[in-house]
Amino acid sequence: MLLIPCPWCGPRNQLEFTYGGDATVKRPLPDAPMKTWLEFVYLRDNPRGPHQELWHHSAGCRQWFKVLRDTQTHDILASGRADEALPGATA
Amino acid sequence: MKYSIFSLARNALSWHEHWPLAWRSPAPKVRYDAIIIGGGGHGLATAYYLAKEHALSNIAVLEKGWLGGGNTGRNTTIVRSNYHLDPNAHFYEFSLKLWESLSQELNFNVMYSARGVLNLVHSPADMDASIRRGNAMRLNGIDAKFLTRDEIARWIPNLDCSPEARFPIHGGLLQPRGGTVRHDAVAWGYARAADALGVDVIQQCEVTGIRIDRGAIQGVETTQGFITTTKLGIAVAGHSGHVAAMAGLRLPIESHVLQAMVSEPVKPVLNTVVTSGAVHFYISQSDKGELVMGGDLDFYNSYAQRGNLPAIELVVSACLALFPSFGRLKLMRTWGGIMDMTMDGSPIIAKLPVKGLTMSGGWCYGGFKATPASGWLHAYTIARDEPHPLNAAFTLERFAEGGMIDEKGAGPYAWAH
Repeated sequence: MLLIPCPWCGPRNQLEFTYGGDATVKRPLPDAPMKTWLEFVYLRDNPRGPHQELWHHSAGCRQWFKVLRDTQTHDILASGRADEALPGATA
Repeated sequence: MKYSIFSLARNALSWHEHWPLAWRSPAPKVRYDAIIIGGGGHGLATAYYLAKEHALSNIAVLEKGWLGGGNTGRNTTIVRSNYHLDPNAHFYEFSLKLWESLSQELNFNVMYSARGVLNLVHSPADMDASIRRGNAMRLNGIDAKFLTRDEIARWIPNLDCSPEARFPIHGGLLQPRGGTVRHDAVAWGYARAADALGVDVIQQCEVTGIRIDRGAIQGVETTQGFITTTKLGIAVAGHSGHVAAMAGLRLPIESHVLQAMVSEPVKPVLNTVVTSGAVHFYISQSDKGELVMGGDLDFYNSYAQRGNLPAIELVVSACLALFPSFGRLKLMRTWGGIMDMTMDGSPIIAKLPVKGLTMSGGWCYGGFKATPASGWLHAYTIARDEPHPLNAAFTLERFAEGGMIDEKGAGPYAWAH
């Protein structure tokens, strides 16, 4: 069972959360070239190791936030607000 | 050595102590004409068909662990071709046809059992969609049969078909030729047959880097040294993105963990494969008597080959809603495998934008049933340097060109397929 540290509510059971995927992809401007849009919509780094990802506290405070989690061990290394850089994150 | 009733009798006389090894374990040569990364069913099948259909003689399969230790040994052994969209239907039907004669082809009993795959229908809308899919299958020459609730209740008496069921059953779409295959035997059978054709199957040899010069493959760095080749095929399932990154590529793939589990073994209670799309659950009974079941992903990126309890609870609760009488059984084992989930839920069997580099991956939940066709078409693509019509749609470029093959219509969310 993952114990996910919500920045607002503290550590909570994973059942309260919904996964939101890679947190490093950024929505391009509407007039960005097709290649940029392709990368945003479809391509992912999919790292084996620390992964910055979005989670939604859907059965709690309903905030979106960022988590740095190791995809090999499931260890959660950091969590923080969606609009701020995470400590220890590289991108 | 050809396996037969006579070889069995001959070896019985010596107490089965002198069977020859099924394949060699050679040290890697310095150079191969083609190298396949990944010694699971897909990689071994690719090497086998390269040697058999395309007469390549100097081939190696590199496996970081042991043969079939990844998803080949971690799936729920179901084979079927009940797809709606044409590229998927033709591809998986080709695969099912190869399954039907694979034991004879490989001289190795893979225990293909055409016990049928039944997709339950739980609502009128579900019924419309299933009948439509069944019609599409029949137009594509694939067997499909719609069963009413009464027919299902007579056939599978322990399935709760009552109107009070938590997920009421309205009917079901049956593919009679679908069924199960002994998963480990697929890896062993392909390994033995490929080895007999001169393929070097090398275990405990992890690829750590891919050497590229002027846009062309030069060879691979491995834990057993550098090996030269100009043709490199990637067949590593959940690690597709990891290996492609060694060639500087980003893929439309995320790796997710999918769990499966078995109950303690019991006497025969279920003679077909029952699945439910609405609850997302699938179950069959192995020849050993265990009920083999699975359901959803854990829904977060993972390379861990193990999952968490909420996903297991969902599977078990779905099982008990459909089969209340299985409530006294204990789960014996659970495990996880790493799925290479693509952004449209369909695979990539294609040349990559590096000369000499190909991949067969992006299998999502459905890689096991694809094993023979994946190997056959990947071998064709490597040998001819162009795709076969059956895998022409499964390109990497389809994501840029708007050619998605989105069977579920779920959109670009890898974990939603």
